[in-house]
Amino acid sequence: MSVLNKIWTALRGGVREMGDAIVDSNGIRIFEQEIIDAKNSIQQAKTNLTEVMARKMQAERKVSKLVEDIRTHEGYAGKALDQGDEALALEVAGKIATFEADKREQDAIVARLTGQVEQLKAHIKKAEKLIADHERELSIVRTTESVQKATEQVVENVAANNSSLNTARESLERIKARQEMKQDQLEAGELLDKEFAGNDLDNKLEEAGIKGEAASAADILARIKAGKQ
Amino acid sequence: MTQIQELTIQLGQVNYEGHTFNCLPIHGEQEVLQVIVSELDAMPIFVTITETQILCITYLCKQAEIQPGRMADLNKTMLELNVAMPLSSFAIVEDYYVVFGAMATSSNFDDICRELITLASNAYDALEALEEYLV
Repeated sequence: MSVLNKIWTALRGGVREMGDAIVDSNGIRIFEQEIIDAKNSIQQAKTNLTEVMARKMQAERKVSKLVEDIRTHEGYAGKALDQGDEALALEVAGKIATFEADKREQDAIVARLTGQVEQLKAHIKKAEKLIADHERELSIVRTTESVQKATEQVVENVAANNSSLNTARESLERIKARQEMKQDQLEAGELLDKEFAGNDLDNKLEEAGIKGEAASAADILARIKAGKQ
Repeated sequence: MTQIQELTIQLGQVNYEGHTFNCLPIHGEQEVLQVIVSELDAMPIFVTITETQILCITYLCKQAEIQPGRMADLNKTMLELNVAMPLSSFAIVEDYYVVFGAMATSSNFDDICRELITLASNAYDALEALEEYLV
């Protein structure tokens, strides 16, 4: 079962109390060991691979040498026949037969080593995939663990400060209070703006002499004089 | 200095698009940084840095706060909203519904600031969407 499946099963089953790690540290250690083993096995396989490839190259060299020998000896045999020396030709043919037997042997070795090279390469590929998978899964487990721990600490921390993580309602109320405050501020601002704008209008009216309660000294003097008469 | 400590210092000094960040490290086995984004301070964000990711999480509510009969409905709604929600996703951690953002550990500081502000805004929106499902 994949790690993700394990986590899902654990979460769905609701078997965990807060604080229980999903995958215990033992599980993580086993995982890490598997990764180390796989890495070692890759290293071993690579050493073997170079060895096998070297042996294969040797065998291939022997084969090409034998092919060459066979060809030259076939030439010799031909020449012996040309000279009518049947006995010599037969002797050369016997030699060619030995070469061919050797070549069959070396061909078999090359075939076997080729098979081994492929096997080792497949083995390395498999181990590399295993490592990549395990490392990804390990990261999933570790992240899950980190998030759990972080959450526990957050919960503990707010509890230590005599508060708890806000409930959604509390958060919403705070947000709404904030928004109302903003709205109030906005309205107050508008009100102020209006007032200022109003004053501005008064000023303009006064300047234009249309509206103005502030009487001038001359007006006042005129009023007093009028009262005396 | 750990990445969290570096981040704490950087966040404390920056003013990013009109927002400041109030940081409070929470000590323990796992390093966690509580970040409160100014103007969006009802939803604190908790930052954790793992081997592979920077995780920013806001805790929306406990599962127990949801009307029991409407949980499936809410889960479906969250899945439907998930893709459209910029940079953040819904999830369940322990008993909590959360909104979170995951970033590569190689993310630059500007990206982290953007993430934090976006996440806080998303959490506000998510809470409002959640309201009708609350007990």
